[in-house]
Amino acid sequence: MNTEGAFLPDIVAFCCAHSAYPAADSAGYLRIPYPENIRVIRVPCAGRVDVLHILKAFEKGADGILVLGCHEEACRHISGNIRAKSRVQKANTLLEESGIDGERVEMLTLAQNQGPKFAQIASEMNERIKGLGPSPVKPRV
Amino acid sequence: MIVAERKPLEAIKQMIAEYKKILVVGCGTCVTVCWAGGEKEVAVLSSQLRLASRKDGNELVTSEATIERQCERELVEGLKDEVKRVEAVLSLGCGAGVQTIAEIFQEIPVYPALNTKFVGMPQGEGVWVETCAACGDCFLDKTGGICPIVRCAKGLLNGPCGGTNNGKCEVDPEKDCAWTLIYQRLKAQGRLDLMRKYYPRRNFQAVTRPGKIEALQA
Amino acid sequence: MARPFKETLNSGKFVVTSEVGPPKGTDLEKMIHHIDLLKDKVDALNVTDNQSSVMRFPSLGTVLLIKEHGGEPILQMTCRDRNCLALQADLLLAYTRGIRNVLCLTGDSITVGDHKDAKAVFDLDSVQLLHMVRTMESGKDLGGNDLQGAVEFCVGATVTPEANPIEPQLIKFEKKVEAGAEFFQTQAVYDLDNFKKFMEYARGLDKNIKILAGIVLLAGAKMARHMNENVPGIFVPQDLIDELAGAEKGKALQKGIEIAGRLIRQIKEEAICDGVHIMAIGREEVVPDILEAAGF
Repeated sequence: MNTEGAFLPDIVAFCCAHSAYPAADSAGYLRIPYPENIRVIRVPCAGRVDVLHILKAFEKGADGILVLGCHEEACRHISGNIRAKSRVQKANTLLEESGIDGERVEMLTLAQNQGPKFAQIASEMNERIKGLGPSPVKPRV
Repeated sequence: MIVAERKPLEAIKQMIAEYKKILVVGCGTCVTVCWAGGEKEVAVLSSQLRLASRKDGNELVTSEATIERQCERELVEGLKDEVKRVEAVLSLGCGAGVQTIAEIFQEIPVYPALNTKFVGMPQGEGVWVETCAACGDCFLDKTGGICPIVRCAKGLLNGPCGGTNNGKCEVDPEKDCAWTLIYQRLKAQGRLDLMRKYYPRRNFQAVTRPGKIEALQA
Repeated sequence: MARPFKETLNSGKFVVTSEVGPPKGTDLEKMIHHIDLLKDKVDALNVTDNQSSVMRFPSLGTVLLIKEHGGEPILQMTCRDRNCLALQADLLLAYTRGIRNVLCLTGDSITVGDHKDAKAVFDLDSVQLLHMVRTMESGKDLGGNDLQGAVEFCVGATVTPEANPIEPQLIKFEKKVEAGAEFFQTQAVYDLDNFKKFMEYARGLDKNIKILAGIVLLAGAKMARHMNENVPGIFVPQDLIDELAGAEKGKALQKGIEIAGRLIRQIKEEAICDGVHIMAIGREEVVPDILEAAGF
């Protein structure tokens, strides 16, 4: 929540070191604004993100999660981005089963020079989560 | 190996609805291989149950443990201390595992998180198929190594039936007709005489339920 | 009283059989009407046994009715719903009530029917069922115990001449012949050239076996296409489908009757096999029309 009481989503963005992380970086030094409530976590490949990371992030209070990796043919680890995509699909199913809207997690692809795209993705997710409201499973303080 | 599948989350939730503290136990053998009840699946299910519980306004506490085989008394006994601290045990083992835990810890409710399906083998990534019926009277010497009891939908010993359809079974067009497979295998091995023989009816009591074997190791 | 089927089979005449399907319930009026309609027009009437795994009034009950009404019944028995005790017991009853003809079938899978979660029995398969009848005729049951009172039956089985691949089917056919099947009613045939090849092979195996070609009434092009897609071992050739499709509106059934009649006539004239088994599934009313179209 921000100081005025409006809902400020807690969004975790798992960013691939070869694409999304440098893109986020470049958005920064190009001064392209993106929501400051996005937590960027650098991973060596989107494929490093496990279903459990996503579930536990919600247990710890995340409202939304982005998994950002390289475009289809561009993965440095050959198919990490493809695995990430199917893991996020699996996570969606597990979340829906547990009563959490699967729309709160998404995997997207981009390249390292796409700073503006990163900012766009971050803003759109922010708006989506604002619309969905706080996660129904935030830990009680 | 034994192949099992996790029950729907809703069914598991209902089983443990009244408890505040449970132990979730995985098994490191068959159900790990078929992605149903290993250490990873225990972690995922526990997380899902905590999330679902919190959504309902409760705070389920879970502890997790995975032992090498749930069907061995000595290994299950090792859970003693964890079991003392909880109200119920949720087992991700096959039916044999669940019952071993239930028998060793008779004072506490033990619940099955899986549906044990069959004895089988992998056919591809994430795909397991049934290959053995544990019928107690193995017929594989007569069919070139293809089990008609389990792979033929009707379990025929003198197949195929009239429902065989271009090598597929009438029951499911994705399933092969076992007897067409047997015919092809025996033909390739020059042993079609095995298929021409008449096989009298099975001994359905080869394994009386519950089955029991007493043996001395050689 | 109708002529015993075994006698008819061995008389050298062109044999014609058909079938009645029991209702799902106790209202037997329509079925009795079909029995009375057909009993004197055909040499024997089959009664299906929970056909397509749909629960119905039992074939054992219906064959008794046919007997009462003066017809000659053929009891169809499948292995899907009864274990070997029940099957043997049913035959004891059947024999004491004058039933002498049995068609031994494996039976459709449970999953194609209307009780999809039922337990499928399959204690026996069709070949073992044939052996069972012959064992009982030798004075013993399958447990090796003596029977008090003999039984004797005229036993038949089925075969699918258009199965693909054909060889496993033929291996099974041979086993059924060895097990003692005296007559066969085939799955529907439409390709008579192919059927002639099958008959050559069958005659070579045992020329005393009586083979009745299955004739399934096609009510229209849609039914023909449906059967091609969904029923194993049935291949309605394109030219017949076109003929049905080309019929005048509302006359498709008439065309189907014509086609059935034509097939039967050709089989009879060319003496391709020993007779026919007409299956009008749900349209038993028109069997007399088929017979007429065939020149009987």
